[in-house]
Amino acid sequence: MYTFRPILVKLVPKVRLSILGWAGAGMVALTVFLAIFAPLLTPYDPTKAVGPSLQPPCWEYPLGTNKIGQDMWSRIVYGARTILIVVLLSTVISMLIGVPLGLISGYAGGLLDRILSMIMDAIYAFPSLILAIAMAAALGPGILNTAISIAIVYVPTYFRMVRGQTLSIKEQLYVEAARAIGANHTTILISYIFPNVISIITVVFTLSVADVVLTEAALSFFGLSVPAPTPDWGFDLKAGHPYLLSGYWWLVTFPGLMIMILAVGFTFIGESVAEYFQAREVRT
Amino acid sequence: MTSLKVFVIARLLLVIPTILLLVSLVFFIMRVMPGDPVIAIVGMKAPPERILELRKALGLVDESGNPIPLPIQYFNYLANLFRGDFGRSLIWGKRPVLVEIMEHLPATIELAMAGFLVSIILGVTLGTIGGWKGGKMSSAVKIYSAITYALFIPWIGMMLQLLFAVWLKVLPVGGRIDPGLEPPMITGLYLLDSILTGRWDSFVSALRHIILPSLTLGLVISGVFSRVARTSVEEIMRQDFVIAARARGIPEHRLVVHILRNAFIPIMTMMGLQLALLMTGAILTETTFSWPGMGTFLFERIEYRDYTTVQGTVVFFAIIISVINLVVDILYAYIDPRIRY
Repeated sequence: MYTFRPILVKLVPKVRLSILGWAGAGMVALTVFLAIFAPLLTPYDPTKAVGPSLQPPCWEYPLGTNKIGQDMWSRIVYGARTILIVVLLSTVISMLIGVPLGLISGYAGGLLDRILSMIMDAIYAFPSLILAIAMAAALGPGILNTAISIAIVYVPTYFRMVRGQTLSIKEQLYVEAARAIGANHTTILISYIFPNVISIITVVFTLSVADVVLTEAALSFFGLSVPAPTPDWGFDLKAGHPYLLSGYWWLVTFPGLMIMILAVGFTFIGESVAEYFQAREVRT
Repeated sequence: MTSLKVFVIARLLLVIPTILLLVSLVFFIMRVMPGDPVIAIVGMKAPPERILELRKALGLVDESGNPIPLPIQYFNYLANLFRGDFGRSLIWGKRPVLVEIMEHLPATIELAMAGFLVSIILGVTLGTIGGWKGGKMSSAVKIYSAITYALFIPWIGMMLQLLFAVWLKVLPVGGRIDPGLEPPMITGLYLLDSILTGRWDSFVSALRHIILPSLTLGLVISGVFSRVARTSVEEIMRQDFVIAARARGIPEHRLVVHILRNAFIPIMTMMGLQLALLMTGAILTETTFSWPGMGTFLFERIEYRDYTTVQGTVVFFAIIISVINLVVDILYAYIDPRIRY
């Protein structure tokens, strides 16, 4: 049977990265590498005291130890897992809520669209970190709760972009053609419109993910992310801060550096992807 | 009625549902949470009288201890807010939340203004150089914009503390002013108050304290301005009047003035959009530098599980941001006649 479908779009659109994008991909890859091979890379348990307190970096403890005597290198490597899991989880939640709502809102129009847009605009106008803090303070610590708190902040970002794209796509000739041959709304939304918003979702994802990383770091800096003694960069940064005055520089330098590497890496990828799509739009 | 008046009225009307939505959001986030907030505050073993007292303070039960249904709680909450009652703290002598907010607000405004100034000077200068020189300089500024956007404020703050306060020992590590040097209260902004009252020792102390926090905050936000400045300068450089001016032999240093004047419209637009980022940034900066503003206050009360204060502060932020957005929108409509409904 011949089914009438627009171009089959792959789930992950082909993107050509610039040098900057590749540099960013390298930084993110480093973090992912640490997260996956954490047990092979670390000599100690990150949650237990394994050495003397406040030992500067040395052969035995490459990045030193903290007040409790935990190995900082092990905590940094395992911390990559914590932040990546939260970032991934919260992104998936934002997409799962924002994308379908954006599709439906843009496609259906009318009162539903107005109400949804208004709620989303209100959330969007809220300073993101303060909203996430309020959510996290209310929900309590834990990986899932942190992910939810962050996800809520980014739902409107996906919603707005997907809705805007849907508005313009639904006026296109091929959608009208589909309606003419008797396709129902669900089919039109899923098979005709959704494939064409995927590229915009990719752009939104790459542009917002660095922000998600920084929000997670900020929540854990406020002690609102995962509970101790789970290794978490933002938390370690906060925990090391009081010792900064006495010159224990390694406690804050390395966790913060990792947050920066991950966030800068994602930003570079985002810049590169956005540039690619912009260039393609200009060409076509 | 002129179209500007229509715009202002429509925009004013729009702010009401926005604020209502935001405060409702905060209410439901804080209320519909798993577990009992009261138990979370005082623990399982607290005496029943203390639990009852807290339930009353949170507006969960009435005077005789009967639970209040959620819709009524919501209505009471809105009615109180409407009267300007942001609730009372659960700790520290049950002080009104609004009074405490007002005590901490000037410090945040002072820091935000200083940070804003640093970010504009830094961002616009770099962006103009990048757009003007083009080529490698433009790419360098582009990378600068990308990196500053991804900076984690507490870490940058701590690195500056480490360098200037711990190792070089030239600037204080945190706080707002040396103890005992606080200028007499006029506006609550120490730098301004010390000038108004002629207290130069206070001024120097306040200035020394604000350098690192404002540099941290300014650095992070400067990326946005360097990006806008660079792209708009690049765009204007391509315009006919620049080519014509060059053809007439107008010296470059005079051309810069003309280009900057044109580039300032998009930069101005960006300024208004950055206020929310500035607030968020100020919270993290304050916590890092023990700056006694709203951020430090909010952070401290989260740690003490002072729910009414946290809720009140978040609502306050929501209202402030809505009002700022309102003012910015109306200002733009006033400046640019194309913006109308």
